[in-house]
Amino acid sequence: MSELTNMSLPTGNAGDIVLEGRGLNKRYGRVVALDNADFNLRRNEILAVIGDNGAGKSTLIKALCGAVIPDSGEIRLDGQPVHFKSPMDARNAGIETVYQNLALSPALSIADNMFLGRELRKPGWTGALFRRLDRTRMAKIARDKLSELGLLTIQNINQSVETLSGGQRQGVAVARAAAFGSRVVIMDEPTAALGVKESRRVLELMLDVKKRGLPIVLISHNMPHVFEVADRIHIHRLGKRIAIINPKEFSMSDAVAIMTGAMKPPVEGATGPTQHYQVGEEASQVQ
Amino acid sequence: MSDDAAGSATAETGLKGAAGDVASFEEDRKGIVRTIQGILHEYPTLIPLIVLVVGTVIFAIAAPGKFLSPLNLSVVLQQVTIVAILGMAQTLVILTAGIDLSVGLIMILASVVMGRTAVAYGVPVWIAFPLGLLAGLACGFLNGLLVTALRLPPFIVTLGTWSIFGALNTFYSNSETIRSQDMEAAAPFLLWLGKLFKLYDIGVFFGLDLPWLRGWVVTYGSVLMIVLAIVLSYILGRTAFGRHVYATGDDPDAARLSGINTNRVLLAVYALAGLICAIAAWVLIGRIGGVSPQAGQTANLDSITAVVIGGTSLFGGRGSIIGTLFGALIVGVFRNGLALSGLALLWQDFAVGVLIIVAVTIDQWIRKISA
Repeated sequence: MSELTNMSLPTGNAGDIVLEGRGLNKRYGRVVALDNADFNLRRNEILAVIGDNGAGKSTLIKALCGAVIPDSGEIRLDGQPVHFKSPMDARNAGIETVYQNLALSPALSIADNMFLGRELRKPGWTGALFRRLDRTRMAKIARDKLSELGLLTIQNINQSVETLSGGQRQGVAVARAAAFGSRVVIMDEPTAALGVKESRRVLELMLDVKKRGLPIVLISHNMPHVFEVADRIHIHRLGKRIAIINPKEFSMSDAVAIMTGAMKPPVEGATGPTQHYQVGEEASQVQ
Repeated sequence: MSDDAAGSATAETGLKGAAGDVASFEEDRKGIVRTIQGILHEYPTLIPLIVLVVGTVIFAIAAPGKFLSPLNLSVVLQQVTIVAILGMAQTLVILTAGIDLSVGLIMILASVVMGRTAVAYGVPVWIAFPLGLLAGLACGFLNGLLVTALRLPPFIVTLGTWSIFGALNTFYSNSETIRSQDMEAAAPFLLWLGKLFKLYDIGVFFGLDLPWLRGWVVTYGSVLMIVLAIVLSYILGRTAFGRHVYATGDDPDAARLSGINTNRVLLAVYALAGLICAIAAWVLIGRIGGVSPQAGQTANLDSITAVVIGGTSLFGGRGSIIGTLFGALIVGVFRNGLALSGLALLWQDFAVGVLIIVAVTIDQWIRKISA
């Protein structure tokens, strides 16, 4: 059980950077998806990544979670350079991703899904010789994780995922990420397919996960949601980060304007404390 | 239900500013049809079980005294054994959303390898038998390799290997059958699964007089079928590999993102299916008392029929070995019962066809469930 509740993080300053990308490049033929892009995620924050369609934000996220290998550039996790060859590598390093399609197996149960790909075997000879699964322990841990996150409406841990509502499925996927992610949770459009009420619960869930000491990268098109939960907003445009803004100092329309190129990205030191607010180095070149 | 309400209340405390008129988490409209759908969704093996019981009752009435006799039911069991074992191999493949059209020919090829190596070439049976098992495993492995490495659709792959294995079968067997007497002389071990024993004698062996076991005559092959069903059910339900088989068939992308090596799962499934076909070959030799390259011509489609009637979804991810066992028994019971009721053979085929279509229709309906 101890290997699963690995939520204690090495203590550090609030400004500590957990996950960092430097000068990431990725080309698909003649299409430049990442053009010397930078990225950083601090401890105990929710960092939103926004950008227009085709801005390259999904390539950036894929590079961070191992689904895409950048042509050049460096990714550092807790200061150490890492080279992810597959999502499994990133997962083993403590980066869990909640994919937009959730990556759940509909016909399998909630408990089965939470442990899919990392099942627990029974201790002793039944586990060693007959590879018998420890279903009781997995069900218990799954139930604990879900109730920790306040997902108590799910009563039967052995009911199949396809019998759940969209929000409940999202809850299972988030609980899985929170249970196994020891360093970073990446969430790709977690509220895109949900109704108002269910979106609300997922946002609460994200704040809960953050409270437990796990930083979150949130990719979303939904500005109200982004501005509600994010501590910083990374704005991606034309394959690179053109600004990081503090949602308390900028309005949603500003963010959209910067994202679409209608407004010049803020210059360093223009407004607010620089603590909250940085500029992409190439910002001036973009315009 | 009270649990649910309490759970909701806890969760709703987080919904301070939310609008009150949006869709609720609670499922309020739950008619009788939805309830049945839910139960069948949770226990998909119920349908073949019900069909089996209903069929048995109908034929008990339609052919009184004949159908329900222990001897007749023993015959049904003997008849379904081979199809049931092949069906188990087929179930594994269909659970991964594939299909194996070559199971029947893998079985025949393996039986020819076992029989001919032992009898015609005089190789000791302790070499010939494992060689036959190995042949089945290799055939299955080839199927798996083509499906995973070349990414070809399983239907096309196994249609091709069906033809290839058929040619190899003709090549190795020289289209010659091996007679029972030659087999008995050279390799009696290969005939062992066809041997019969009386269930009553088992009771006597343990010092029990169980009169209701009188008349039941079972082959060792049928016992092997049940052992195999238990082992495979355990693998599918109680091991990580089993869960991965379901996940691979259910949603391969989700399985891969969860860290499952789906290609390895597929390769293992096809290879295991080939091995099970080779075990069916051993049963086949016992049942027909020799080796015939022309035996089991309908076995491919019969195995798929058993799987589908047993409630396993052709779209993958749903189904069970026990369901397939029931599926094979249903086909056996209907064929036998209709014959005893005095109907022509064509009506047996007709009934099996109806069963298949009804089974797939029910599967489609159950799959539509969602909260």
